[in-house]
Amino acid sequence: MYKILHKQNVAPQVDAVIVDAPYIATNAQAGNFVVLRLHDRGERIPLTIADSDRQKGTITLLFQKIGKTTEEMGRLKAGDTIKDVAGPLGHPTPMKRYGHCVLVGGGIGSATLFPILKGLKEKRNKVTVILGARTEELLVWKDRFKEYANDLVLTTDDGSAGRKGLVTEALKDLIESSNLKIALAVGPIRMMQAVSEVTKPYGLKTLVSLNPVMVEGTGMCGACRVNIAGKTKFACIEGPEFDAHEVDFQELANRLGFYRDEEEQAMKKYKKRCNGRCKK
Amino acid sequence: MPCPTTYNKTMRVRDPKKRAKDFKEVALGLTAKQAIKEAQRCLQCKKPKCVEGCPVEIDIPRFISSIRDNNFLAGLKTIREYNLLPAICGRVCPQENQCQGACILGRKKTPISIGALERFAADYEAAINETETVEIAKPNGHKVAVIGSGPAGLTVAADLAKLGYDITIFEALHEPGGVLVYGIPEFRLPKKIIQREIEYLKSLGVKIKVNWVVGKTQTVDQLFEEGYKAAFVGVGAGSPRYMNIPGENLNNVYFASEFLTRVNLMKAEQFPKYDTPVKRAEKVAVVGAGNVAMDAARTAQRLGAKEVYIVYRRTEHEMPSRAEEVEHAEEEGIKFEFLSNPKEIIGDEKGYVKAIKCDKMVLCEPDASGRRRPDCSGEEFTLDVDQVIMAIGQTSNPILTKSIKGLKLWGAGYIEIDENGKTNKPGIFAGGDIATGAATVISAMGAGKRAARSINEYVMTLAKAPRQRKKSSKTAK
Ligand SMILES: Cc1cc2nc3c(=O)[nH]c(=O)nc-3n(C[C@H](O)[C@H](O)[C@H](O)COP(=O)(O)OP(=O)(O)OC[C@H]3O[C@@H](n4cnc5c(N)ncnc54)[C@H](O)[C@@H]3O)c2cc1C
Ligand SMILES: Cc1cc2nc3c(=O)[nH]c(=O)nc-3n(C[C@H](O)[C@H](O)[C@H](O)COP(=O)(O)OP(=O)(O)OC[C@H]3O[C@@H](n4cnc5c(N)ncnc54)[C@H](O)[C@@H]3O)c2cc1C
Ligand code: SF4
Ligand code: SF4
Ligand code: FES
Repeated sequence: MYKILHKQNVAPQVDAVIVDAPYIATNAQAGNFVVLRLHDRGERIPLTIADSDRQKGTITLLFQKIGKTTEEMGRLKAGDTIKDVAGPLGHPTPMKRYGHCVLVGGGIGSATLFPILKGLKEKRNKVTVILGARTEELLVWKDRFKEYANDLVLTTDDGSAGRKGLVTEALKDLIESSNLKIALAVGPIRMMQAVSEVTKPYGLKTLVSLNPVMVEGTGMCGACRVNIAGKTKFACIEGPEFDAHEVDFQELANRLGFYRDEEEQAMKKYKKRCNGRCKK
Repeated sequence: MPCPTTYNKTMRVRDPKKRAKDFKEVALGLTAKQAIKEAQRCLQCKKPKCVEGCPVEIDIPRFISSIRDNNFLAGLKTIREYNLLPAICGRVCPQENQCQGACILGRKKTPISIGALERFAADYEAAINETETVEIAKPNGHKVAVIGSGPAGLTVAADLAKLGYDITIFEALHEPGGVLVYGIPEFRLPKKIIQREIEYLKSLGVKIKVNWVVGKTQTVDQLFEEGYKAAFVGVGAGSPRYMNIPGENLNNVYFASEFLTRVNLMKAEQFPKYDTPVKRAEKVAVVGAGNVAMDAARTAQRLGAKEVYIVYRRTEHEMPSRAEEVEHAEEEGIKFEFLSNPKEIIGDEKGYVKAIKCDKMVLCEPDASGRRRPDCSGEEFTLDVDQVIMAIGQTSNPILTKSIKGLKLWGAGYIEIDENGKTNKPGIFAGGDIATGAATVISAMGAGKRAARSINEYVMTLAKAPRQRKKSSKTAK
């Protein structure tokens, strides 16, 4: 059992929880994730470790309520427990002194860039962060980013904050105007694909954090397999970060849609059973 | 060579038509009367061949004679001297290659149903709700870490706990049991049997930490720092193999481990009562012909598939699966496409499976190893299916092995051990599938037994020579 110590709504449909998990916190590195299961009948879902505190023995998870499990998790309060949390899983982001780096975040994906930003700063890199969302209130954790980043560029579809338009436009300008060594993008597949297409002609090394469906997250099932330069890789143990220019995004998008009917069915049943109010 | 006829048919099984629709156990076991009658057939050989066939060398004639004499619990006690998990081995051992395959009676007629008798004794104890009281040595204060809770880890834990060790099992998944819980289906091995064994272990004082991915949550070095004197690595060979053919990542191509994990561990057959889904299909091709393939095929059928094919590149004579499973699968209507080697999985415009294309194979003359290799005949054929399950084997999982610096590996990342389960790193022992490659439950248990013995020796030597301990725990890092 893993206790939720703190819970907060950080944006529409996005919550953050701080969970008591001392061992995971001790070994967590930027880019790692956990797999959790809320209760005995629950599904195992992966969530990135958005922050961790070794001293306090806690990890922070940020999640967007888009389906049964995340909705249900959104109804938990401080003091409630999560049945299973396993981690820290996946390869950590390779941290070294690159020079000038850019982190590109779309929607909720942004927040998971936070530990990477901290790590890159520890290695004394210059880091520009570009965060994009539909509208201002979806720009999660922008204050925290501001604290650490050398430069923070915001973009919104509706112009409510920062520059009006897409992250890719801001990224392109940045590439043209500076000497970037590496780009790292996290967000919806379409956005990561678009980033990849922007950086490719410039030969800018680009990492993306892929989010395929996972089951156990320890390399045992193959559910999370992705196609990297024509080769099958397991995102949970060989990723989740891969060279963007080698990713088959279309295949990933197909595979992510595989359980859409079941996801809708589960959500409908959940909403109906408790009218959206119950916990289990 | 295994001969399929050497497997026993004395056991009652459920009607194939009915059982193929649910997940309840297929084989029902022997009645007491049947068991005694079967035990009476045993010749009580002076030099029992059966014992040679059993990887842990159970004193088979002795336990059979107890059953013959209506002393079922005494029989079970004998088995337990060698084998911690009789209810499980009695069900899943490939007996036709082991004890039963070697039984002298098999030369002329039917061998003794040793597995069924073993199962009977264990089930009898469970039915009357007895538990054997074992003597546990006084706690000796030494902590030993067991990594992985499959049959190898469970055996090490039990043997060392009985010797007074302070044992903690670390398991990556949320439930202990290894392949026994996530791989082998309920209809072959009911989960309550494993739960009973786990409860028994806990009664010996064994602690179990789930959600503990050693190498990630804690490294082995960190365990040593917490005072563990030795570690046993029994993490299995849980990573699926695949063929690298076009279409393998299409939607509705499952690796058997995912398909079986969804159903066995996550109970996806009860979706949406349980949150994890699994796709049900009409026509399914399962590639491979081992136990995993049979389990996947029969599971797909129980999920409602109308037609299920086993696609295998050799013939029925080379199938590595237990004979009993093949026969049960056949009775349930699973179809077999032998001498067929998949070369491509064909998808529709949305990225879903619609067919599998195979080469027709021929078997060539036996090579130096005596195995007849399949070769393309030049012909090919296509099977229309809406789901493909790849069950062509498992290989080592690198999470733990990579996290131990300098650990000596062989082949595809398996841990090199000596005959006592020692690795090249002091204080680290290993056994089961991670040392041998995918094998059997009983061989994993045998490895656990040997490792437990040598862990005991190792820790006792350390305890006697405190100076040396410091040195070797340093090298363990
Ligand atoms: C390594 C990794 C790290 C992740 N980190 C985070 C995180 O920090 N915060 C967060 O909110 N989400 C994260 N995700 C995605 C998260 O796992 C899914 O949102 C979650 O599984 C949805 O579960 P559900 O039952 O609520 O929704 P479901 O009912 O399963 O799905 C609802 C909708 O979400 C889509 N979806 C399902 N799984 C995923 C997925 N893995 N990625 C993207 N979309 C998905 C479905 O296609 C569907 O449209 C991560 C995924 C991976 C693989
Ligand atoms: C579907 C299927 C059917 C089978 N049928 C039969 C049969 O009928 N008869 C038979 O004899 N054999 C059968 N086998 C083979 C048999 O199950 C295995 O040989 C046996 O389970 C191996 O035991 P083990 O203890 O080495 O490992 P496993 O049973 O594989 O257990 C290893 C455990 O370690 C855990 N683990 C892995 N990495 C870590 C880590 N880093 N930290 C902590 N824990 C970790 C895993 O989650 C797992 O629980 C079958 C296998 C499968 C997959
Ligand atoms: S453990 Fe397996 S091989 Fe040994 S006697 Fe029992 S069933 Fe036979
Ligand atoms: S070989 Fe067969 S007949 Fe002889 S003791 Fe063993 S089981 Fe009995
Ligand atoms: S989630 Fe199972 S192998 Fe990656």
